[in-house]
Amino acid sequence: MTGTSKGLITTRQLLHHEAPIFEQGAPGRSGASLPKLDVPEVSAAALLGDLYRDAAPGLPEVSEVDVTRHFTRLSRWNYAIDIGMYPLGSCTMKYNPKVNERVARMPGFAGLHPAQSEESLQGALELMYRLERALCEISGFARVTLQPAAGAHGELCGLMMIRAYHQSQGRFPRKVLIPDSAHGTNPASVTLNQMECVPVKTSADGILSAETVRAAVAQYPGDIAGLMVTNPSTLGLFEENIAEIAEVVHQAGGLVYMDGANFNALLGKVRPGETGIDVMHINLHKTFTTPHGGGGPGSGPVGVVEKLIPFLPTPTVELADGKYHLLYNRPQSVGRLRSFFGNFGMHVRAYTYIREMGGEGLTQATEMAVLNAVYLRALLHEEYPPASEKPSMHEYVTSDKKIKKETTVQTLDIAKRLMDYGYHPPTVYFPLVLPGALMIEPTETESKETLDEFAAALLSIAKEAHSDPDLVKHAPHQTALRRLDETKAARQPRLRWLPPT
Amino acid sequence: MRYIPHTDADVAQMLRIIGASSVEELFSHIPAQLRLKKPLDIEALDEVSLMTHLGQLGARSTPATGATVREGAALSFLGAGLIPHHVPVAVDMMLQRAEWYTSYTPYQPEVAQGTLQAVFEYQTLVSELFGPPVTPGQAAPYVSNASMYDGASATAEAVLMARRITGRSAVVACGAIHPQYLGTLHCYLDGIDSEGRGAIKTVGFGADGRVDLTALATLLAELGSTVACVLVQSPNYLGVLQDVSAVRALAQKAGALTVVACPEPLAFGLVKSPGSQGADIVAGEGIGLASGPSLGGPGVGLFAARSEHVRQIPGRLVGETVDQDGRRGYVLTLATREQHIRREKATSNICTNQGLIALAFAIHLCMLGKSGFRRLAELNLAKSEYLKQRLLGVRGFRLAVSGPTFNEIAVTVRGRAADVALRLREQGIFAGVPLDQPGFELPSLPDAERTLLIATTERHRREDIDHLVTALDEVCP
Repeated sequence: MTGTSKGLITTRQLLHHEAPIFEQGAPGRSGASLPKLDVPEVSAAALLGDLYRDAAPGLPEVSEVDVTRHFTRLSRWNYAIDIGMYPLGSCTMKYNPKVNERVARMPGFAGLHPAQSEESLQGALELMYRLERALCEISGFARVTLQPAAGAHGELCGLMMIRAYHQSQGRFPRKVLIPDSAHGTNPASVTLNQMECVPVKTSADGILSAETVRAAVAQYPGDIAGLMVTNPSTLGLFEENIAEIAEVVHQAGGLVYMDGANFNALLGKVRPGETGIDVMHINLHKTFTTPHGGGGPGSGPVGVVEKLIPFLPTPTVELADGKYHLLYNRPQSVGRLRSFFGNFGMHVRAYTYIREMGGEGLTQATEMAVLNAVYLRALLHEEYPPASEKPSMHEYVTSDKKIKKETTVQTLDIAKRLMDYGYHPPTVYFPLVLPGALMIEPTETESKETLDEFAAALLSIAKEAHSDPDLVKHAPHQTALRRLDETKAARQPRLRWLPPT
Repeated sequence: MRYIPHTDADVAQMLRIIGASSVEELFSHIPAQLRLKKPLDIEALDEVSLMTHLGQLGARSTPATGATVREGAALSFLGAGLIPHHVPVAVDMMLQRAEWYTSYTPYQPEVAQGTLQAVFEYQTLVSELFGPPVTPGQAAPYVSNASMYDGASATAEAVLMARRITGRSAVVACGAIHPQYLGTLHCYLDGIDSEGRGAIKTVGFGADGRVDLTALATLLAELGSTVACVLVQSPNYLGVLQDVSAVRALAQKAGALTVVACPEPLAFGLVKSPGSQGADIVAGEGIGLASGPSLGGPGVGLFAARSEHVRQIPGRLVGETVDQDGRRGYVLTLATREQHIRREKATSNICTNQGLIALAFAIHLCMLGKSGFRRLAELNLAKSEYLKQRLLGVRGFRLAVSGPTFNEIAVTVRGRAADVALRLREQGIFAGVPLDQPGFELPSLPDAERTLLIATTERHRREDIDHLVTALDEVCP
């Protein structure tokens, strides 16, 4: 294949097909460096009796060199934000600053044990306190808990607080309104709380109307626990009616939860805590640059308005008389969602990023993220029509509508073909309300040149769809492996390596 | 701003193509009353000032180390759900490869085979640790998922899974369970159970620190066929290895599943796996073998279960398959359990998990290998037994419970444990966790306020242990 302009051509590089590590090495080989035993040897068999394990677990037998090569080779089969543009809509793959990584590894943070006394943890508690204050400043909430380990964990936490609030008023409402464009985690979090989802349709222009919410609320008098809304929505649109919608929900006795997955579109522009939102989670691994690590760790702090403070998870970090301390005695708290204090290493990274950017820098990040998405829309809209005529915020959501009508090529093919041009594909087939969706989120860390090249690639694919559809439908051609058989994987699940018979 | 590449000329050109007169115009559709009217009040720092500021914050805490006291750090015997081991330098070096830490969840398998194969290998390792041994030619008896947030939330999810499988709701939590694991379980269940706190029943432990089996049998008989699962921890919060088979026999009679929580997976280098002892679901914590303690997070929730329950497992699963040219490859699979497909009918809401820490756990286990993992477990057992013998030689000290332990023991000392710990802290030693410390308390233990939970590992030299014992004896009244 050839590209059409500078930077579009992917190149091949030496890549090793790498067998599972269990098929490597030799009996008796080890990569361990263990201290000599300087106390008396004991007999595990005698001490453990019936519990003694005769055979060691089936771990590989390889040297440190083998392990290093194995995982280095595997790593080279991954795409990554440090390799190129990774425009996964809603996932916000922006550059992960290197200084964050260095700071998180400082002994004064990485070396702290959670059972240490408060006196020996003052710096860490201060960092958590400062991060909470910074997130309050940015989001407009009264307090923030740092405990949840990821966005979905934050949703669970937020819904628990909503229920606890209602129960403190002697009410037990169960219905939670959820727009059809919501992330799958929203309804799943509702179920995990044994509340019930009430789907709400977005209007033809892609946003929620107060009338629809009013109608939905009217169906369940006295039983509305709340509404979960993503703003900007998963269609990349600002929910312009949010204040009125919040009022409708509040009048029905409900609270409003905001999924903050797209909060990176609002920094310095809108503080959700001032728009009628009562609870919101913030993904530190999206908006605040903590790395995604191939699937985590994330971190999902949750902000709340004043009246929900008593229900925050325990412990909270407090400042009194110049000392930071952990407050466990919080009788109305929902309790704890996990052990210890949350993904502290992610707190350190996010705090580092926030302090580097400052208020002005964060605002600029939002401005350039929106500029980039709107710019891509301007370059692409003819071949890739927008999901809505409403203005895009931080992501451009489009679909295969035009290409599918004119050719046999569809979204999945476009996504796979983008790999041949050197890009990670956007999020595809989500949100579910838009058939064949392509959710393109460039983020503020991509330059104009990169965006031009990326748009050229997508436009080139649109041409190929007409001129050589098979080329697109059999893509990717340049990757180490071709399309994978997902049906086979699901029909005959092989979820671990097994020794050959 | 070094992370934002836009020049003024870029912005001007982009705006021209968009057809907007200013960046501000891009936000003009947001209703004015919702707009923030003032700049965010956060001061920006350049890298030099940033490193100074964070260096100063870092210096205001005392890191815990396993080795002899050094300037500004403390010799630590803290465990209580996080027993830090030495993690080889090569592990963190590998994690710093950008292909690992700056990639996303592997949604597009053709460009994520590295992560997918690594998760597949991680799943294999966790199945080996927690499941029964594999018989060649037979199907895998146990499956692991791609990881959960941490041991406590993984345990709560395991209990929810048991409730789904059995269609029953009561949960019996037995013996000395980590108070934060139990707290998390209450957090997940109390709100959703109309019975409130009633859904979780507890059974105590005996003088040996193990589950009181008589009390368990009585309670199970009372509860009849309402019990979804019996939850037990091993090694438990007092460091004692639980005989899971005995608990499982009673659970099985009641038609309940057995869920085992394992905050110290290294024990299973020497101890029969929970799966071999009949556990249906196992949840654990891998932080101690994966990464630095980092104030308890990020760690990695380990999760494995008998294969027959695979469709009720929460979280992501990676499976082996082939590509269209027939080459071996890996994909996310059985996604119809998951929130992005099933929405409100999903097995869990979990999406992002702890991928990078799971990777660290896998890399470390590969380096240790079959012999190294077992030897590491032996070292831990030996150090802890040495400490045990030394402490028993101190006037007025005794083991809080008598059962077999692995690398953590509960010791009742002379005087208040918190006072003793404070005195030792002044000498640069984190002696152990007083069992009445907020967040770590075990009120069901008689004399909890006089008891310290002390963990020893391969990181402690004999002289470190001797130093601890001498210091403890000196400061106790």
